[in-house]
Amino acid sequence: MSDTTQARPEQKPALSSHEAAAPRPLWQVVLIRPEVMTLVLLFVAFGVATWLSPFFADTTFILESATFYVEFALIALVLTLIIISGEIDLSPAAMMAFSACVFAALFKAGVPIGVAMGASVATGALMGAFNGVLVLWFKLPSIIVTIGTLTLYRGLAQVLAGDRSISGFPSWFIGIDWKYWFGVPIPVVFFVLVAIVLGVFLALTVTGRQIYQIGTSPEAAWHAGIRVRRIKMSLFVLLGVTSSVAGMLTASRLASVRYDMATGGELQMVLMVMLGGTYIFGGRGSIAGTFLAAWLLIVIATGMNVANIPITSQLIVMGLLLIVSIVATNAIYARTQR
Amino acid sequence: MIRRTLLAALATGAAMIAAPLAAQDTVDIVYIPKNTGNPYFDSLVAGFEDACAEIDCTFSQAAPATAEATSQIPFITAQTQRGVDVIAISPNSPDALNQVLDRARSRGILVLAVNGDLVGNEEHRDAGILPVDFTKTGPNQVELLGSMIDYEGEIAILSATTDAPDQNTWIAAMEDVLANDPKYADMTLVAKVYGDDEPQKSTTEAEALLQSYPDLRGIISPTTVGIAAAAQVIQSAGKADQVKLTGLGTPNQMRPFVKDGTVQAFQLWSPYNQGWLAAHFAVGVRNGDIEIAPGNTFEVANLGTVRIEDKNVINTQAELTTFDAENIDDFDF
Repeated sequence: MSDTTQARPEQKPALSSHEAAAPRPLWQVVLIRPEVMTLVLLFVAFGVATWLSPFFADTTFILESATFYVEFALIALVLTLIIISGEIDLSPAAMMAFSACVFAALFKAGVPIGVAMGASVATGALMGAFNGVLVLWFKLPSIIVTIGTLTLYRGLAQVLAGDRSISGFPSWFIGIDWKYWFGVPIPVVFFVLVAIVLGVFLALTVTGRQIYQIGTSPEAAWHAGIRVRRIKMSLFVLLGVTSSVAGMLTASRLASVRYDMATGGELQMVLMVMLGGTYIFGGRGSIAGTFLAAWLLIVIATGMNVANIPITSQLIVMGLLLIVSIVATNAIYARTQR
Repeated sequence: MIRRTLLAALATGAAMIAAPLAAQDTVDIVYIPKNTGNPYFDSLVAGFEDACAEIDCTFSQAAPATAEATSQIPFITAQTQRGVDVIAISPNSPDALNQVLDRARSRGILVLAVNGDLVGNEEHRDAGILPVDFTKTGPNQVELLGSMIDYEGEIAILSATTDAPDQNTWIAAMEDVLANDPKYADMTLVAKVYGDDEPQKSTTEAEALLQSYPDLRGIISPTTVGIAAAAQVIQSAGKADQVKLTGLGTPNQMRPFVKDGTVQAFQLWSPYNQGWLAAHFAVGVRNGDIEIAPGNTFEVANLGTVRIEDKNVINTQAELTTFDAENIDDFDF
């Protein structure tokens, strides 16, 4: 008896160290976040691009080039939320095309341009809702559903617009990428604002935190009283709406709409989310990561273009980058998961 | 002091090297093809390179990975940023490039559409350099086939799709000369069939032609897929002596059939000449020797007098180039 009572004080330190591990030093907590890797890569890429070509380090040029990618980047921000919630959507590029075709076809048919824009946004919301219904009510895997609707929405766009391009928009609508707000093209301003709003929403609001819980364990989230289905449905609809906005930004930039708008864009969007350190199986990731990754892609693509690097080498760099980012993200999460 | 002298010497040296470079007003040309790894455009690039080896220009190219409508846009912007003098482009879209080309032009860059034009949007480029005068394509083909069959007998046409705009224009011109030129009075067009530019369907249609018209003397196939399929059919049937085949094909694709005698001769334009002409034209415009206006003419080595047509279109060749056993090995595209 006395032995045990005497032993207790000796065991105590061992017990407490088991129950609560010593907190990690701050530098480790910071370094272990995958966005930090994206940020480091961004600085490296900027340095290399400046070294490769004397024409690169020019803010006006970089911002102008950014307008080619922010449409996808905008969608990638919302896609980040969907991937964190444990789903995926591969149809946004096709949603861009179809909603832009709806806008252009209605405008051509004499509908006032404001109404045509509204109809385009509504079409985006409907397409997003359709994805959501198939995934959430019919319980189908989102990757399969959206590979299907990717083809479906692109097909609808082709039926609506045919093989020709639709143009002739009023001059105020054309060239939004060439209009500036404090020296920054409007689409880029828009991208930054949306990133801030979504970043705050995801990190600081209750619903934002619930998205992480859903992605980590949908059952646990459901038992905890989180409205899993409603939140996921809202995200799918939001992605459809964002795609429609991105489609109209593209229409304004190109001054024309074709059914093949943004073909293959879904891969770039997923690339941005992955590069930003969002975990493909959900539960982890951040808007800041996707935001930085979008700029990383812009800097890399623009830098290599202006240095006249052949496209074959560019593709190899992009492919390697994606693999490195996925391996690194997985390694980081595997370490912190324990 | 010594350091300063050294620096001054270095600076003078650098200035001496830099000065002649700056004084030379070399025209900086970049060409943006539809996509990378396409032998047709490689041949066009060779034309640019050879021209810039002889006249005062430097040449580079920047190609996107895919021929998707907007894939060339970042490349145009990057070249504008690099401050090149001339952007020559084979556009992937007749209108998606309008805005970005306008920006390049607003910075004083000469924009040339090469091999294909911005149809309906010609005001967004300075001039269009096209392969050949397409009004001569149909008559050229009839003449070539006629010369092979002594201008008499039944002939047929194997085309692409029923609504292919280029092919239909050429076929209309073929029908026109067959009907109206007494030289071709003894040649009868018995069939027009469509292989949809698919190898399988083109093969089936060519086989059907040989079956249905036992007296057939010749086939014109004004499409690269059709002529290759028809050549394969005639080769397999061993009818090269009976049925003469001609049309539009590329030398690399038709080489084996020309070597074994299945096809005597076929035609196309030369992408090489387009690159050669575009470089000469660009340098001429930059140096002020050529003014871009319809009706103006200028001289180009090896090509002779070239005329600027309506909408600032320049046809590289008046007539098609004929490829046969004699010259086919001079071409690689």
